[in-house]
Amino acid sequence: MKRALPLHLGLIVLLFALQFALPAYHHGNLARIMVMATFAMGYNIMFGYTGLLSLGHAMFFAAGMYGMGLAVTQLGTPVGPAFLIGIAAAFALSLIVGLLALRTIGVAFMIVTLMFSQTLFLTILYFGSITRGDEGFGIKQATRQIMGLDLSDPTIRYFAAWLLFSLTLMGTLWLVRSPLGRVLIAIRENEERARMLGYDTWRAKLSAVLMSGTVSGAAGAAYGVLFGYVGASFAQVPYSIFPLLWVLLGGAGTVIGPLIGALFMFYLIDLSSGVTDAYMLVVGVALVLLTLFAPKGMMGMVRERWLKWLP
Amino acid sequence: MEFGPHLMLAMLEGLVQASVLTLTALGLSLVFGVMRVVNVAHGEFYMLGAVLAWWVTTMLGGNPAIGFVVALVVAPLLVGLMAAAADWLVLRRVEYDPERTIVATIGLLYIIQQVTLMTYGPDAHPVTPPFNTRLALPWYEFTDAGFQIYWPWGLSITSYKLFVIAAAIVTCLGLWLLMARSKIGLILRATQLDSETAQAFGIPVERVFALVFGMGAALAALGAVLVVPIQQAHYLMGGDPLLLSFIVVIIGGLGSLRGTVVAAILIGMSDGIISVFFTPTLAKMLATLLVAMVLVYRPQGLFGAKPA
Repeated sequence: MKRALPLHLGLIVLLFALQFALPAYHHGNLARIMVMATFAMGYNIMFGYTGLLSLGHAMFFAAGMYGMGLAVTQLGTPVGPAFLIGIAAAFALSLIVGLLALRTIGVAFMIVTLMFSQTLFLTILYFGSITRGDEGFGIKQATRQIMGLDLSDPTIRYFAAWLLFSLTLMGTLWLVRSPLGRVLIAIRENEERARMLGYDTWRAKLSAVLMSGTVSGAAGAAYGVLFGYVGASFAQVPYSIFPLLWVLLGGAGTVIGPLIGALFMFYLIDLSSGVTDAYMLVVGVALVLLTLFAPKGMMGMVRERWLKWLP
Repeated sequence: MEFGPHLMLAMLEGLVQASVLTLTALGLSLVFGVMRVVNVAHGEFYMLGAVLAWWVTTMLGGNPAIGFVVALVVAPLLVGLMAAAADWLVLRRVEYDPERTIVATIGLLYIIQQVTLMTYGPDAHPVTPPFNTRLALPWYEFTDAGFQIYWPWGLSITSYKLFVIAAAIVTCLGLWLLMARSKIGLILRATQLDSETAQAFGIPVERVFALVFGMGAALAALGAVLVVPIQQAHYLMGGDPLLLSFIVVIIGGLGSLRGTVVAAILIGMSDGIISVFFTPTLAKMLATLLVAMVLVYRPQGLFGAKPA
């Protein structure tokens, strides 16, 4: 903790300071990346620390996003409470999915999460009269206000994204050093053994799904509030694959890995989309190369070689 | 049209879909059964089969029948070789670890899909069917004059669609003969049962895996070549077959070929029928949810044996 705490606090301070230094384009990008990194950190709790590979995290992101968005458009809730409704929706969905999907393990778990996520996507399309299907809907700029602060303003948006990111980062850091976090890591390494030692692994896994789904949902709700758009594309398969890719690239089971992965991938796609429409090719190549040559990801390798204490 | 003929038509369309689905799902099931890995790129091999079929028929020109027959051989062969190469270059090197294989095949999915987008383009292209006679079908009714047969307007099937059904049946029989009666089948079954023991008995398991991965992809490609005169070839067409194949393989019991065939017919038919009478979105939604539930409560599938 002596060395880890300054590192992570330093990162948070750096991101805060960058706000004043970055040109407008990268400033906007970084706000987006911090929200996506929050999504990835949520994913990391399940995949990186507990060893549960979900192929359906888009459903939690979308649950948060639509929970927030529909509360605003259908019920006329202000965005502040609507954000909380979004988080509650994601929590409820992760409870249902957790209770059902955790009955399976391994490949079946991956497919079940994929199927549940696909079901949510199709449900969004099916209720197209409310959700406006593929097209999605905007959150009006006039309603995107919390306590008089205009969240569509770039500076305030950056600050809000930074706040969400920082809270999640410190929360994850605290989690992985707490007794529960230790049990999760034990489950990842050897579930049978963790159970033999007397830990209630089922309950620990369920809490991992709950935390992971809720954080991912918070990212989805924040994305909707900050960027003013709610759409079904966020519930589709690529948005289940992205967090997996970011976490794998940055380093599964490291606290700052998700940010590093999201940052790298975002700019890699940004650069390649200038060259070709087929920018998802970059995603495919990155996935194959990572599984072949660097299954531990960037921060994983840093930890292996230099910083053994990296949480 | 009245309900009776309408249902009949829906069932015939469902049967055509079921035939293609059977081939695609058999490929996925074969790979899972022998190699114990899930190939997420399976739908893209299907798409490649359709695109190659278009490419072959366009290159050859002339009589559509000749181009089609060539495509029927060339497309699955090429796709099979590509898949075998992918197995050798990627899957073998991650040692068929289930999780890493899934991540790697997701990568393959995007690579294949996007390279197709870059070369073949975003448009859908049709392939002319080799023959396409419309065959009207009779229906019956009871009137005051007694039992009568008549030809309702719209109740028909094309000769090509009948050919698709026949081709699927022949392929299934061929695959069954291969698995049950040939030396290769014996080797495949031995590897499926216990790959380590098979290796100890001198079976080159790595090469068997490459063969199986190639065969699985070739089956998907064959299904796609058959379907492409009915549906057009498009770079995003692999999504639905992948999802449906997953559903079929799970319902049929992971790794059981017989279960796969039964489930493919069941799912293909009901998908066809439900899509005619209800919205396709609702049909897909319910099917997906149902399958997730099957996996949760009956992981061995509806027809699979209880795990030992």
